[in-house]
Amino acid sequence: MFDALTDRLERLGSSLRSRGRLTDADIDEALGEVRAALLEADVELSVVRAFLEAVRARLSGEVLSQSLSPGQQVIKAVHDQLVEVLGGSALKVTYASRPPTVVLLAGLQGAGKTTTAAKLASWFKQQGRQPYLIAADLQRPAAIEQLRVLGRQIGVDVFSEPSDPVDVARRGVAEATRLGRDVVIIDTAGRLSIDEALMREVREISDVTSPHYTFLVIDAVTGQDAVHTAKSFHGVLELSGIIVTKLDYDARGGAVLSARGVVGRPVVFASTGERMADFDLFHPDRMASRILGMGDALSLIEQAERTMDAEVMAESAGRMMSGTFTLDDFMAQLNQVRKMGSLGGLMKLMPGVTKEMRTAASNVDDGELNKVEAIIRSMTPRERREPVIIDGSRRTRIARGSGTTVSAVNQLLKQFTEMRKMMKQMSGGGVPNLPGGMGRMAGMAARAGAARAETLPPGFEALGAGMNAGAPSARGGAKNKKKKGGRVTPPKQR
Amino acid sequence: MTYVIIAIAVLVVAGAVLLIVRRRRNRPALTSPARAAMPEVLVGELAARPSLEAEAPAPSLAQRLATSRGVFDRVRSMTGVGAVSAEQLDVVEEVLLRSDIGVVTTGAILEELRKNGAPDGVAAALRRILLDSLRASRSVVTTADEGRVPVWLFVGVNGVGKTTTIGKLAQRHVDEGRSVVLAAGDTFRAAAADQLQRWAERTGADIVRSAEGADPGSVVHDALGRAAARGADIVLADTAGRRANSTNLLDELSKVRRVADRAPGQVVETFMVLDATTGQNALSQAREFLAAAAVTGIVLTKLDGTARGGIVVAIERELAIPVKFVGVGEGVHDLITFDPVAFVDSLLEA
Repeated sequence: MFDALTDRLERLGSSLRSRGRLTDADIDEALGEVRAALLEADVELSVVRAFLEAVRARLSGEVLSQSLSPGQQVIKAVHDQLVEVLGGSALKVTYASRPPTVVLLAGLQGAGKTTTAAKLASWFKQQGRQPYLIAADLQRPAAIEQLRVLGRQIGVDVFSEPSDPVDVARRGVAEATRLGRDVVIIDTAGRLSIDEALMREVREISDVTSPHYTFLVIDAVTGQDAVHTAKSFHGVLELSGIIVTKLDYDARGGAVLSARGVVGRPVVFASTGERMADFDLFHPDRMASRILGMGDALSLIEQAERTMDAEVMAESAGRMMSGTFTLDDFMAQLNQVRKMGSLGGLMKLMPGVTKEMRTAASNVDDGELNKVEAIIRSMTPRERREPVIIDGSRRTRIARGSGTTVSAVNQLLKQFTEMRKMMKQMSGGGVPNLPGGMGRMAGMAARAGAARAETLPPGFEALGAGMNAGAPSARGGAKNKKKKGGRVTPPKQR
Repeated sequence: MTYVIIAIAVLVVAGAVLLIVRRRRNRPALTSPARAAMPEVLVGELAARPSLEAEAPAPSLAQRLATSRGVFDRVRSMTGVGAVSAEQLDVVEEVLLRSDIGVVTTGAILEELRKNGAPDGVAAALRRILLDSLRASRSVVTTADEGRVPVWLFVGVNGVGKTTTIGKLAQRHVDEGRSVVLAAGDTFRAAAADQLQRWAERTGADIVRSAEGADPGSVVHDALGRAAARGADIVLADTAGRRANSTNLLDELSKVRRVADRAPGQVVETFMVLDATTGQNALSQAREFLAAAAVTGIVLTKLDGTARGGIVVAIERELAIPVKFVGVGEGVHDLITFDPVAFVDSLLEA
């Protein structure tokens, strides 16, 4: 999403790397690059200007650091400013002392309010709450029906009646109170910020329900208009935060910066896919790291913690370390991975993954994962334990049994063998030899609990170290590791 | 290649698990994930809500766009003949960027201005360049070969207004005396078919739908069968919104298009529906959908808002896909034929 920005800053980082100190001309050049990157990312023009000014102030106000190279200093300034603009730290969602906590969603048509309402309900449910949905979008045909279907999917009741949106909202909240639900989410109709009648209506909904949270739902592919929209809705509703949707598109997501920069309210949640699970709190500091190409290992680990069956994983992890990892374990892990959400989404979080790999991962769909499972299920228990015994005729049988081809079986077995090799290295404490930036991830995770490094954002040292070691980009880093670890090759076909 | 990705994903997760296990071991006293604490932010924020009464009347269109009008007034007042100054170029750049024309196209337009100068003023030169970018034919095809049923296929990302656009176009066809069959090919989004059904009822079109999760190709196929049997004049086929960076979703779309193009059907137009608020991602959307579904035209929706939709200039310059219709409201008749002159003027003078 922020790929282009990352690429640019990486290039910028490597071109400034070699110079000794930061002159005014250097700053101008660097800021020129940052400006182009931000504009390409659809950040609104006035937000870009403000951002550049702030970065310049940071750079010129600061004494040249002894420990940072000029390039690192620019990246650090950009990173810090990004974190600041994106909202410092994640918003802590709190609950009203007298339930229900009322959440109002508003936004333009097609931003994804209805889907977001359901995802949000599902998120609250995960937090141990009893959410209740109110379908107050009486404008779009079948919007209520859509929320009902989604509500059924996630097991949350939906309130609606064919009257007037304001009435629906008021009665819905009353009904939620009666039922003892502690979170109420109100889905409203999409509206243009210049439609006075509809803006008045949403304001009335807000007045009769006194929401504790009012979120603007905004599409990540929005261009310069993000500022207009955010400003108008903020003027009418006093937003408490922003929810950004469709972050799984390859858009660069500048709208996030624009809207945030203009209304001064944090981006609270982000939606990254079509599944109900592809939704979480937005972490500005992590997003800034992501922009700078440092991956987002913390989100990854958290997601893993939340969705995976710890027992199953611990067991196979134990076998992994002892080098007796079997195809059964592989399959168990694969199923855990699938629970975590789409592969594409996971790859985005992972540090040191190249853009091609990310694109390729986002193209792996359930069908292909099913195929892998079918292949493994077509093996006998013994074959799964000792894949070495699988000879030509067994391969043919497995291919036939799983409805795939012998070459698919071969490929799977080959990858599995290589994986096992790597795991042995991993368990031998060879963290630096890990593929795909996992060393970096381990480093970040290790640091996560500890206090922040005083001068550097989390994960920054790893990046800097990588750069100094002659691996100017994540891509380069991956290649280096490939040599050392004998790892699987990054896909090049697409 | 797929396996590589899967293997890596598993490895990653395995690594994450290892870390969790280690962390757990290091911190055995970890209690169950504590619920977020509850600082009382809420009350404070509510007090700050603006009062509806005290609010100034919503600013008029002119006021809202006052800043950019100011900018464009500066462009128009640039009467210098011949070479364009750096300062003038800056102003032009701002106008173009603010309209979402995009960094690359803006750069190209500035380059043209710099090279050719502006013999009759910067504003006129800029207007000419923009109009020159929008020269493609905008005629639409409503007839197919003998014995085939013409199909209009609608594609696009999520939430751009495909279903609504189909509803409005159905009305247009009905008004022009054609009998219409709608194919509810969005079998993914919850209640998408219900939404299209309402439009069918409203416009008097026929509709073919299937259960959620059904194969969109089969829905289109059935719709063609129905249209052929009843001698309908045109089929409008909806598809599920899909992100344009997924090969699988695009492959599915190609398949739907192939099915729709098989006798008795014939795809005569494939429209990419595009939200006017979209930024530069629209260009990659157009590129991908063009490759996957041979897009023949764009329907630019939600142009009644504050967004200008300038990115269509970039799309037409680069991919030669013309905008054919424009959505300007929620009413059934709020879909009009695209007029380049009016569009360019609104880009520059709004």
